[in-house]
Amino acid sequence: MNAKVLILCLLPLQVMAQGFAGLGTDAEGFAVPQPNPTFNFPTDHGPHPDYRIEWWYLTANLTAEDGTPYGLQWTLFRSALAPEQGDGWQAPQLWMGHAAVTTPDTHYVTERLARGGIGQAGVTADPFAAWIDEWTLQGDWNTLQMTASGPDFAYDMTLTAQGPLIFHGDAGYSVKSAAGQASYYYSQPFFTIKGTLQLPNGDIPVTGNAWLDREWSSQPLSDNQTGWDWFSLSFDDGNKLMGFRLQQTDGNNYTSATWITPDGQTTAYPDGAFSAAPLDTHNTAGRDVPIRWQVQLPAKDVNVTVEAINPDAWMATSIPYWEGPVTVTGSHAGQGYLEMTGYE
Amino acid sequence: MTAATLQALLSHWWRNPLQLFTLLAGLALATALWSGVQAVNAEARASYDAAAATLGEGQYDRLARRDGQPMDQSTYITLRRAGWLVSPVVQGRLNGVRIIGVDPLTAPGGIGPVNINEDTDIGGFFTGPGQLFANAETAGQLPDLNVQITPETAPGTALTDIGVAQRLLGKDGQIDSLIILPRQPLNRPDLVEIAPQLIRQQAQGGSDIGRLTDSFHLNLTAFGLLSFAVGIFIVHGAIGLAFEQRRPVVRTLRALGLPLRRLILLMGAELMLFALIAGAIGVALGYVIAALLLPDVAATLRGLYGADVSGTLQLRPVWWLSGLAIALGGTALAASGALYKLSRMPLLAAAQPRALAMAAGRRAKLQGIAAAFLLSLSAILMFTANGLIGGFSLLGSLLIGAALALPLILDRILAGTSAVAKSVTAQWFWADTRQQLPGLSLALMALLLAMAANVGVSTMVSSFRLTFTDFLDQRLASELYISTEDDAQTATFLAYAAPIVEAILPIQSVDTDIAGQPTQVFGARDNRTYRENWTFLQSSDNPWDTTFAGDTILINEQLSRRADLTIGDTIQLQDQSFTVAGVYGDYGNPIGQALINEDQFERLYPDITPTRFGLRMDPATVPEFVASLEADTGIPASQTINQAGIKALSLQIFERTFTVTTALNILTLAVAGFAILMSLLTLATMRVPQLAPAWAMGMTRAQLGKLELLRAVLLAVLTAVIALPLGLALAWALLAVVNVAAFGWELPMYLFPYDYARLGLFALLAAALAALWPARRLARTPPADLLKVFSNER
Repeated sequence: MNAKVLILCLLPLQVMAQGFAGLGTDAEGFAVPQPNPTFNFPTDHGPHPDYRIEWWYLTANLTAEDGTPYGLQWTLFRSALAPEQGDGWQAPQLWMGHAAVTTPDTHYVTERLARGGIGQAGVTADPFAAWIDEWTLQGDWNTLQMTASGPDFAYDMTLTAQGPLIFHGDAGYSVKSAAGQASYYYSQPFFTIKGTLQLPNGDIPVTGNAWLDREWSSQPLSDNQTGWDWFSLSFDDGNKLMGFRLQQTDGNNYTSATWITPDGQTTAYPDGAFSAAPLDTHNTAGRDVPIRWQVQLPAKDVNVTVEAINPDAWMATSIPYWEGPVTVTGSHAGQGYLEMTGYE
Repeated sequence: MTAATLQALLSHWWRNPLQLFTLLAGLALATALWSGVQAVNAEARASYDAAAATLGEGQYDRLARRDGQPMDQSTYITLRRAGWLVSPVVQGRLNGVRIIGVDPLTAPGGIGPVNINEDTDIGGFFTGPGQLFANAETAGQLPDLNVQITPETAPGTALTDIGVAQRLLGKDGQIDSLIILPRQPLNRPDLVEIAPQLIRQQAQGGSDIGRLTDSFHLNLTAFGLLSFAVGIFIVHGAIGLAFEQRRPVVRTLRALGLPLRRLILLMGAELMLFALIAGAIGVALGYVIAALLLPDVAATLRGLYGADVSGTLQLRPVWWLSGLAIALGGTALAASGALYKLSRMPLLAAAQPRALAMAAGRRAKLQGIAAAFLLSLSAILMFTANGLIGGFSLLGSLLIGAALALPLILDRILAGTSAVAKSVTAQWFWADTRQQLPGLSLALMALLLAMAANVGVSTMVSSFRLTFTDFLDQRLASELYISTEDDAQTATFLAYAAPIVEAILPIQSVDTDIAGQPTQVFGARDNRTYRENWTFLQSSDNPWDTTFAGDTILINEQLSRRADLTIGDTIQLQDQSFTVAGVYGDYGNPIGQALINEDQFERLYPDITPTRFGLRMDPATVPEFVASLEADTGIPASQTINQAGIKALSLQIFERTFTVTTALNILTLAVAGFAILMSLLTLATMRVPQLAPAWAMGMTRAQLGKLELLRAVLLAVLTAVIALPLGLALAWALLAVVNVAAFGWELPMYLFPYDYARLGLFALLAAALAALWPARRLARTPPADLLKVFSNER
């Protein structure tokens, strides 16, 4: 049995039965997000082991000195087998790290898995440090150091926050379905990023913008939801848009969005205000994936085309998905990141 | 036309059911022995492969502590956090089961051969009381644990999560070794910077156990092949006889216009059909043989090599295929001559009575030339063969050459005895025996091969046993062995025993690696035990003096061969370099071994404290000492092992080996006996015209029957006399050529006259038993049948 099958079996991740990545509906004794949350920092930057699933999810749009665009991803997932705690190898926490670098023609990706409780992977809130093996994301959230490496790439980055934390949905309580499934969800979309990509052809100094998402829940998807398409877009005028579309088995979608002004003011939009429609698909890793989208938020006069910089940014990891940098054209110009799940 | 022809051809078998039976039974027996042995081998190999897959043994490099001790779990975390992709392994024994703990998230192969289905309680595997995977046999040894039955797991092994294994084995926070994953990330620091106490052990090509046991399996295979050859002789005889007898039918069919091509095709198809039927029966029989043999083989392999082999047989498709293939191949081989002759036969060649005997006579010359050629070839190979192919060519040419020569030699002998016989009855007896020789020669060849194979393999196995027990005498020289539980008990024991016994020899070792080979290094105390008992394959002057002075190291043959180390080479252990002063034989040990002086050992590996000791004392005082040790210090007798007990255990292992060998011996002899029986039965009816005149001249039927029995025994004796030197030559080829090529050890050859005599007796018994029924039938032939011979007198 390979690790992949194992992961699929044991992180509660049966895609078919439970929605993508096991983000299903059954909380089974885990804590459940409640409306009107009060966040407490830096504690809430750390893990919440009584919730089933949690992530520290960083994406960045980078530019080299010659103008070549790059994408970068650093993600740490936590998944709990049981709400009870345990020590050492008995701890029911499993960790999964994904790191990727996307160039216009190549997508480098690597994955790490680890058990909680033995020190191989984890997150501490104060001082903040998230790690799995030698990969780290650590600092005080004003400045973060970030490293990751794989067999064919590595990076070493410094992140500097230029704005406040952003809370999605109702002050960080992000509803995911008409049935009321929800997660706690906040972001830091105002990082500038600077560092070096180590690729097979040599080291490349890069600069750009990064977006760090924090989300935790125990049952964020409803029974009839199978995956999502998530957009984080940074427009040239300084405004930002986070929007997602949850795919339902009945063919409809549940959507949600947050409009972020350059000074960090937010407006949350309920289901239906935001829309995203595929314009074109691309066959990658044996499946058709939409790589050009019509994205609209009429309330802000947004009507843009979002297009993948590298259509083959497929994450061939234990739980496969598509994640890569995009360009934005139309009513607003800019760049951003696109994540698409449930296309297995 | 085709249907009618088939009917005509097949009707021969209906009229001669005994021939059909001989053909099918011979082929089935041959296939059974072959596939049975193959099944045993395949099962053992599957077990090794499962073991290799379980741990990724031999596939991945590993990290282990230089001193062979378990490392702290924090070392694992340090390595991972430095970018070394390694996966931890803990192992140990519980109730005789090898418990292997892995971390499925980081292990390169997950949890080895175990398939987890949807019902598997994954949460239970990682957390809570834990879950183990083992085959049914092993699961029975772990009654108190939550064991899921997974047939793919290596026998004697239970797989579980590393956390569970640490708890079960009392190794909390400890890791035995780290598997190094093949793909490592960039920018990884050197090992010495982060974990200087660890060394990298190179992956071995193929599993060690597999290589080690190759020789054993090779010998089994040789046995199976010889048995098959014996069976093919029977089949060849049956087919030859049937074809000769069917000459009139063939003539008639061809005269009626049946094309030769179609006739050959039909006869070939007929035989292939028989081969398939007999092959299927043979494979099924082989399964039974294998199922009966396997527990003993498994016990032998476990005892000799420490290889865990499943004692239960699984039906593998590959045996069916190989069994049927060899039955078809064997039939084709046995029938090719007959079919060729048929294709060359003049259309109207008369069907001749006693065709077989006549044909045999015509063939005699050719056979003699072939025998001479093959025997000369084997003589040349004896001096030149040095590889496996050469070894098997030698075996093949020797055996077939001798088998072909047998009828000619017997014929010469009988001609001689016939000439010196005085009484009329004796003269008739010898002449009649000689007359019968062509009809019996195939059966006698089978007997010759069976006996030679038995002599050869028994000699090899017994020689191995003698060498091995001698070796045990050397290595288990101390009268008593004791294991202590902790330092306090060690101190108590040493204080108590020192004034009583002649010498205390600590047995202390570390697992390390020398020149990339996994090796156990022992620290030995200067004592006559070593100086007097150990023998060297090669050594410098006074190897013990220099080794006990701390300057040199002694290594076993395995390490010497694998690492290409010889006298005068240098070996580095920690910061100290040693010169190799001696290479000693170390039979049955799968890994390298080296021996240095106790003081040096203690300096290089200060963490190791001995917990096992050998005691030299008067053997007669051992029981008394054990009793008083328990009474005075509370160290129980269960912590001591009497040397006599270890030797008894070793001999028990060899008894198992002998059980296997004896079983195969008896089976091959049974096949040969069967061949004799069938030949005699076939000849019986044809011989009535020859016996009738003897009866008419006043010999009673009982006398004729007794002479018939005597003849079979006599021929068996003559065959046995020829088989003995042939078998010894075979043993020599197995030990000196095949074993060396396969294994790298040359074992000295010993002779076992008593065994040979017993074997000869068995062969005579087989021949007598085989002749008993035909002789009784002859003695009871109705006088009317004998009289009929004269009524048809031409």
